Amino acid sequence: MKIDNSLPLEYSTEENSLKILGFWIFLGAEIMLFATLFATYFTLENRTGSGPTGAEIFQITPVLFETLLLLTSSFTVGLGIHAMRIGNKKAMISFFSITLLLGLAFLGVEVFEFVTYVHEGATLQTSAFTAALLTTLGTHGAHVTLGFFWGLFIILQVKKRGLTPQTTNKAFIFSLYWHFLDVVWIFIFSFIYLKGMM
Amino acid sequence: MDFFDRFAVPHPSIAIYASMAAIGLTVIAVIAGLTYFKKWGYLWREWLTTVDHKRIGIMYLLSALLMLFRGGVDAIMMRAQLAVPENTLLDAQHYNEIFTTHGIVMILFMAMPFIMFFMNFVVPLQIGARDVAFPRLNALSFWLFFMGAMLFNISFVVGGSPDAGWTSYFPLAGNEFSESVGTNYYMIAIQIAGIGTLMTGINFITTILKMRAPGMTLMKMPMFTWSALIANVIIVFAFPVLAVLLAMGTLDRQFGTHFFTMDNGGMDMLWANIFWVWGHPEVYILILPAFGIYSEVISTFARRNLYGYKSMVGSMVIISLLSFLVWAHHFFTMGQGALTNSIFSITTMAIAVPTGVKIFNWLLTLRKGKIVFTTPMLYSMLFIPLFTLGGVTGVMLAMSAADYQYHNTMFLVAHFHNVIIPGVVYAMLAGLHYYWPKMFGFMLNEKIGKWTAWLLSIGFIFAFMPMYVSGLDGQARRMYTYSEASGFSLMNMISFVGAAIMAIGFVLIVYNIYYSTRYESRDISNDPWDARTLEWSTHTPVPEYNFAILPDVRSNEALWDAKKNGHVLFKGDYEKIHMPNNSGIPFIMSCIFFVWGFSFIFSLWIPVIVTTIGIFVCMALRSFEQDHGRYITVKEIEETETNLRGA
Amino acid sequence: MHKKGIKAALLSVFFTIITVLAGCEPLLVLDPKGPQAERQASDILLSIGLMAIIVIVVFALLVYMLVKYRASKQRADYEPPHIEGNLWVEVIMVGIPVIIVAFLSYVSVQSNYIVEAKPKGYEDTKPLVVYASSSNWKWHFSYPEEGIETVNYLYIPTDRALEFRLYSHGPITSFWIPQLGGQKYAMADMVTTLHLAADVPGEFMGRNANFSGKGFAENTFNVTAMSQKDFDDWVKEVKETAKPITEKKFEELLEPGHLGQQTYTGTHLEFSPPPSGHEHGEESSETSESDTHTGSHTEHEGMSH
Repeated sequence: MKIDNSLPLEYSTEENSLKILGFWIFLGAEIMLFATLFATYFTLENRTGSGPTGAEIFQITPVLFETLLLLTSSFTVGLGIHAMRIGNKKAMISFFSITLLLGLAFLGVEVFEFVTYVHEGATLQTSAFTAALLTTLGTHGAHVTLGFFWGLFIILQVKKRGLTPQTTNKAFIFSLYWHFLDVVWIFIFSFIYLKGMM
Repeated sequence: MDFFDRFAVPHPSIAIYASMAAIGLTVIAVIAGLTYFKKWGYLWREWLTTVDHKRIGIMYLLSALLMLFRGGVDAIMMRAQLAVPENTLLDAQHYNEIFTTHGIVMILFMAMPFIMFFMNFVVPLQIGARDVAFPRLNALSFWLFFMGAMLFNISFVVGGSPDAGWTSYFPLAGNEFSESVGTNYYMIAIQIAGIGTLMTGINFITTILKMRAPGMTLMKMPMFTWSALIANVIIVFAFPVLAVLLAMGTLDRQFGTHFFTMDNGGMDMLWANIFWVWGHPEVYILILPAFGIYSEVISTFARRNLYGYKSMVGSMVIISLLSFLVWAHHFFTMGQGALTNSIFSITTMAIAVPTGVKIFNWLLTLRKGKIVFTTPMLYSMLFIPLFTLGGVTGVMLAMSAADYQYHNTMFLVAHFHNVIIPGVVYAMLAGLHYYWPKMFGFMLNEKIGKWTAWLLSIGFIFAFMPMYVSGLDGQARRMYTYSEASGFSLMNMISFVGAAIMAIGFVLIVYNIYYSTRYESRDISNDPWDARTLEWSTHTPVPEYNFAILPDVRSNEALWDAKKNGHVLFKGDYEKIHMPNNSGIPFIMSCIFFVWGFSFIFSLWIPVIVTTIGIFVCMALRSFEQDHGRYITVKEIEETETNLRGA
Repeated sequence: MHKKGIKAALLSVFFTIITVLAGCEPLLVLDPKGPQAERQASDILLSIGLMAIIVIVVFALLVYMLVKYRASKQRADYEPPHIEGNLWVEVIMVGIPVIIVAFLSYVSVQSNYIVEAKPKGYEDTKPLVVYASSSNWKWHFSYPEEGIETVNYLYIPTDRALEFRLYSHGPITSFWIPQLGGQKYAMADMVTTLHLAADVPGEFMGRNANFSGKGFAENTFNVTAMSQKDFDDWVKEVKETAKPITEKKFEELLEPGHLGQQTYTGTHLEFSPPPSGHEHGEESSETSESDTHTGSHTEHEGMSH
């Protein structure tokens, strides 16, 4: 394995740079995935049937919490990558752990939010609007859940194997994924919640 | 017993029982054969766990041929049913199932893997790489596609086939009007295969962008590689749309949501729109690599460089962009008004321009050439006139006001077969004959090959030209029968005759493979066609590592450059080569996916949960695995090279 | 004048070819009996003509290349030259198709506005409004102004604009009378409008053109065009003889299956209104969108069995 020391560790082998490019392309596909969900949501937004409308069920408090948690976690994962670049394994693991805990907290609030919706009579089966809403949010939530486990595995690997070209590569790619989820959330926040509440 | 009732076919017939018996016997025969010849180990080591792009390519090819047979039988049954008025060969339900599965099998499980075969086998060789960027992901892509295809095919004998058309428009495909699990098969099987396709897309873009031989700039890539790159970009942007669509369809059917239902705000038009946002680009995913193959074949056998290389690339880029802007032309009659129709009418017609550029470039490639009529060239030369016919009827269909009369009729059916068969299928057959020697070390028989090409073309003309006429006479598509009084009899009879001739053609292909395997000479060079690109510069059969030394490239016809201008492709000494290890995880994970899909289709939630966990465990194992691949030593390379050179 | 002459010549040539092909019966689509179908037929013939030129050019070029440049015709030591491409050739290659496509686009856009408006020549007539709704696998024709309803057959007056309002009680279907004009979808979600007119009396084939399940092949209806006077007489007769349609009766009619031709007084629109969403015109309004579901909701309550 050729290691090019002029590059950051996560880019240092050819395989690593392939993986990073491949992941960027994957994110392109993810953009299309969420774009389709958003397009569906906007089409069905006002088609509430006999169920509640967005304005009736959206609440600002949990949504603000979620936003805060996820934005902060995006920041901490960035700090984690910075720590990784300067070779500080311990700091990196700490920042990654904080990121995952914030992610977990986000999921907790989201579950609470969903339970509230169900109590208010907005289930997946209620109307086209609720189906589109919960599917979009759910897909994002599922991504965060998956990211949680993925991040956990990476922390374990870094702990065991240290900062190698492989582990740093994985961690870097994970950070791209996590930032991406944050970007998607910003869209959800603006175009689903804020627009719906207005 | 109630539990097992769900697996019964709702409308059994002799054909279904026969298929059950045939599937059962084949499985038993395969298992017995493998055991008797003690080939289980071989199968596992050399094929099921392989990550070699050439072997994965060959497996794609085998699946595609198998599915071609399945889809072909569907087709001949349809034409037989319609050959005479008031026929009772098939009833409405069976006819509906058959045209539905014919469409899906031919597009997604025949044409797609055929394209995947070419991309897998050819692209790394053509760019002078040793494998794709992510070999193991590639294996996973194949196995997911394969399991999706198999899952889809067992619908015929377990639980019932989908019957709402390959477009599965809601509300027809919803629970209310399609009660059997057939449409669940559609949603889940295509979903699984689609995930595989999406990963192929990511894999090949990365491969082509990052792993080209030294000196091969983007504008020095062979045309097939260009077409593969663009097709894969379309895959990455189109397939996530399909994934979301199928997920929503599944939610509607199995979880009671209201995306496309008739009540609680559901919107049937949404399905049609999203379907075609994926569906139209999908067509170009098939046709662009086909164009790439024609470009290779035509320039090889005209003994000339491809005319207008830059405009070829440019036209493909434009086609790929336009492909996302024309979806509404599949339903001009949905009532979106004159303005919307006008816009989509114009964007659709605009595609004719870059496509025309390609046709003229091929014609001009022939000019001043030295044309050799081999089988691949014959297919390409039959492609140009027949595809032109399909193309111009496409322009006719793009005239939205007139489309009100063509839509949903046999005219439309004639059109899309007229582009897909000469466009895609001929390209595959041309490519199959062209690349066969590189794969297997012997040529396919030329005489049988040419007979096949002529038979297919004559059959094609008889089968599909009458449909233009009967369409204009008011014959709607997807009708399982018609009356004597309708006046459709003659045209449909001619169509049936044509279909029968085509069937003979396809049987001849199988015969040709058999005949050539037995009788054709094994003594062929590495470059039997006197070709122009890198895939012909390495040995036949291609060694595991493709190229002992990575080639040095300075033109888009690297091999021709070497042959005519004395450019040295392989400079330097052997170095040890890094290769990926085989892995069983892709196969095992895909098998779990199969069980997951099957359970999901029948709403058996406990196995669904168990297999979902299984899939994540596979992913976790992969995450923790440390696999740095292995090295082929210089000595091993030297031995292989000497052997291959001696042979 | 000149242009018309060419067009007429093309028309007659293609009519002949296609007529011969089809065994001497004119093809339905090319045998129009109303202004919309006429416009579509002339678009079709025009595009066939233009496309035929392209096909002939491509065929001729191909044959020329294949005959002239095949290896057997060439010296054994002939080396084909390396030619990159030529700007002017490529300009022509793009230019001519662009001109053809631009011309066809122009025609296409014009035709779009024609087929989406009141039929030419009948702009001054008061259109006959007919609600055509499909259910598995039948057509229900409601004449709200006349107060009558038929199943699987349609009587229409000639020389008068017809305005069909289409919707579906089930899967998407497509209302199509080839000799009067092209088809349009009938959907559960919104009402679409199809403008037709018949120039001459006669019997025409009508059908659902969009696959809708098991009974799709037989999902047809007969169309009879007659003079306004005969039409009025028919309406009168129906009012005197037919039974009224009731909610119960209509629900029976909606059951999946095939029915023969039936006639009722009154329309089902009174107790089972069509979806309130309408075809998007240029001024597609948000309000009609958001109103849609309430209408379609109540409307389909009776359907879900």
